[in-house]
Amino acid sequence: MADQKPHVDAFTGTATTGHEWDGIRELNTPLPRWWLWLFYITIVWAIGYWIVYPAWPLVSSFTTGAFGWHSRTAIVADLDELRSLRAPMNTKLAATPLGSIKADQALADFTYAQGRSSFRENCGPCRGAGGGGAKGYPNLNDNDWLWGGTLEQIQATIEFGVRSGHAKSHESQMPAFGRDGMLKRDEIADVANYVRSLARLNARPNADLAAGKKIYADNCALCHGPDGMGNKELGSPNLTDGISLFGSDAATIEEIITNSRGGVMPAWAGRLDPMTIKALAFYVHSLGGGEK
Amino acid sequence: MAGQATKAAEAPCEGADCKLFELARSAEVKPAGVKVISDPPPLDPAADDWPEDDTPLYEARRKVYPQRVHGLYRRIKWAVLCVTLGIYYVTPFLRWDRGPNAPDQAVLLDLPNRRFYFFFIEIWPQEVYYLTGLLIIAAMALFLMNALAGRIWCGYLCPQTVWTDLFQTIERWCEGDRREHLLRDRGGWTMERAARLASKHFLWLMVAWWTGGAWVLYFADAPTLVRDLATLNAPFVAYLWIGILTLTTYTLAGFMREQVCLYMCPWPRIQAALTDEYALNVTYRHDRGEPRGSVKKSTALRAQGLPSGDCIECLQCVHVCPTGVDIRDGPNLGCIQCGLCIDACDAVMAKIGRPARLIAYDTDLSIMDRQEGKPTIHRFVRMRTALYVAIIAVVGGLMTFTLATRDAQSVSVIHDRNPIFVRLSDGALRNGYTVRIANKRPERREFTLSLSGLAGSLVDVVQTRDDGRFVVEVGPDQTREIRVLVTDYVDFPPASTPITFHLYDTATGERASASDYFRAPAGG
Repeated sequence: MADQKPHVDAFTGTATTGHEWDGIRELNTPLPRWWLWLFYITIVWAIGYWIVYPAWPLVSSFTTGAFGWHSRTAIVADLDELRSLRAPMNTKLAATPLGSIKADQALADFTYAQGRSSFRENCGPCRGAGGGGAKGYPNLNDNDWLWGGTLEQIQATIEFGVRSGHAKSHESQMPAFGRDGMLKRDEIADVANYVRSLARLNARPNADLAAGKKIYADNCALCHGPDGMGNKELGSPNLTDGISLFGSDAATIEEIITNSRGGVMPAWAGRLDPMTIKALAFYVHSLGGGEK
Repeated sequence: MAGQATKAAEAPCEGADCKLFELARSAEVKPAGVKVISDPPPLDPAADDWPEDDTPLYEARRKVYPQRVHGLYRRIKWAVLCVTLGIYYVTPFLRWDRGPNAPDQAVLLDLPNRRFYFFFIEIWPQEVYYLTGLLIIAAMALFLMNALAGRIWCGYLCPQTVWTDLFQTIERWCEGDRREHLLRDRGGWTMERAARLASKHFLWLMVAWWTGGAWVLYFADAPTLVRDLATLNAPFVAYLWIGILTLTTYTLAGFMREQVCLYMCPWPRIQAALTDEYALNVTYRHDRGEPRGSVKKSTALRAQGLPSGDCIECLQCVHVCPTGVDIRDGPNLGCIQCGLCIDACDAVMAKIGRPARLIAYDTDLSIMDRQEGKPTIHRFVRMRTALYVAIIAVVGGLMTFTLATRDAQSVSVIHDRNPIFVRLSDGALRNGYTVRIANKRPERREFTLSLSGLAGSLVDVVQTRDDGRFVVEVGPDQTREIRVLVTDYVDFPPASTPITFHLYDTATGERASASDYFRAPAGG
């Protein structure tokens, strides 16, 4: 290093940095000039960025940038644009009764698409992306409805919810027959076996179905109907089909009769705009089980 | 070596000189001007006094002042320039009637609507494999050109060549031909030179701007876009692209020129790997040209009955070259084989009364044949040219066949994932499908949908009119997504049953189909 002349590596012909570690020298291979200049340009670019956009945190606020750009105003502008794009179809949707949407192909496609995206956003967490449901959350693809499966009934359920606290919410409460001492344990077992037989499921071998039938007629038929067909006015499920919300084994049925059960769904009126609810009703109806 | 050969020619032929001369004429010795690069000395890592390499990593650009030239190849180049630029600038304005629901522009790349129109052909994005076919044909056509007559593409057809040619012509208009331009560049600044330069750059920018302008017209209705551009109502992206292409054209054709061919383009390297001994190339016939000398000297030599070449070292071939290479150095990476040196040399040969085509489309093979006194052969039909033609024919034929027989409708199916199947209240099983129907005709069509593979099943299409038929209307040149429900009343269907959806055009009976599965719980 004393003579200030760079040491040149014999093998490669490249100058070294002059540092040496145990006989190993580092080749001096500086960056290409174009690369270096690009690097300087990016630094200048970053300074420009600080000036144009919100960048630096201050004690209680932040630098707002020269043009006042804000991610919130940007997204609001995007949403407004989307709304104005959808406005003609939404106006049409508002003027069309639910039952007539299908007659207009373009409107039906629009409503279906809008309903599907809203469903995935708002309903998917409980129902699944395709409305397949889960234990306690009814499957919307089948044709078994607690509160009715016509377009209008679905719309009402979405708007006001189930046991949601909304003034127009679907309300009903099954009594807790066991907990409140209305039925004894063996009576509950008998009626549970009878309910299973209604859905053509095997009853326990020693079950007294006749006794179960008597208990059913006295306690359950009022809401579930004499034949177990249910009542959509009360949200009481049909006990004769093979579809059960919480499970159809004897233990589950006994538990329901003992403690009662009832799902809750929030009211969406006020959270979603009326056009979205209408589109959701149309979409859910189209999933497969919609009733005329 | 050139010097030695010339000296040998100058001196009376006697003794050792004569031997050297004979050696230079023989086929084993490289033609004049070819530099023989000796192998570098072996590396010795132990030697600490390794010489420092002070060779710069790049070569500074030497400005090329190509001279004006007349002749056959110049005329061909003018014709190709007019035709190719004509196609480029005029095509967007050609009209093609496709009926009321489709654009009437003959060539249109409609990116927002994902449709690509080429006269009577309409391509949808999922048919982009036709582009693959076109690229294969383009590559094979390049290889074929190369195998037949070298860098035809580089010399005549390449946009870089065509635009550079145009820009050099403008340069000669404004700043004069080679000699005048050189003198002016060395003469310092005058008002006249500044005015000439300004007019040149103005004209260059106009051409470049119109190049970018024509480009954007391929992506929208040309007459409308021209009006919008003129009234400043066009979308920003149109101005942006015009700006970008103006800049690239101005830079590439005005300043980069042969640097693009020498340093940026991969084709010269591919070219070097592809060429063979039968491929015609622009060739300096060194068997005829060497030894070089002035007209006077070679006339004297010839009078003495001594060998003398036709090349008189006038350097016209170098002066007209747009990439500034010396064709007499042999095949050269920088040579785009435009043939202008042939024109220049022919003019000189005519003046000095020697036969034309000292520089010509020729092969090294025929030079060797001539030197050995054998007749020259040109073989255009060879294994590789035949193969290239065959590939072009097969791919072209395949494309034509599939284009001619492709369906104007298609159907595709996605099975629901959540839930995979549904048990209905009466015990039946149901599967849901999302079906997309494509109508590739520019008119509204009606389709019916049916199912095979599942006896006793019931099909329901959600978005149809409630009149009992599953008629799906699809708008002109559109796709439509519908939801289809299939219900099976069989007690214990297998876990998976293959099914097929059939689509029929109710008016024409044209059909399409798609396969999927009907799923059921395992074990019923």
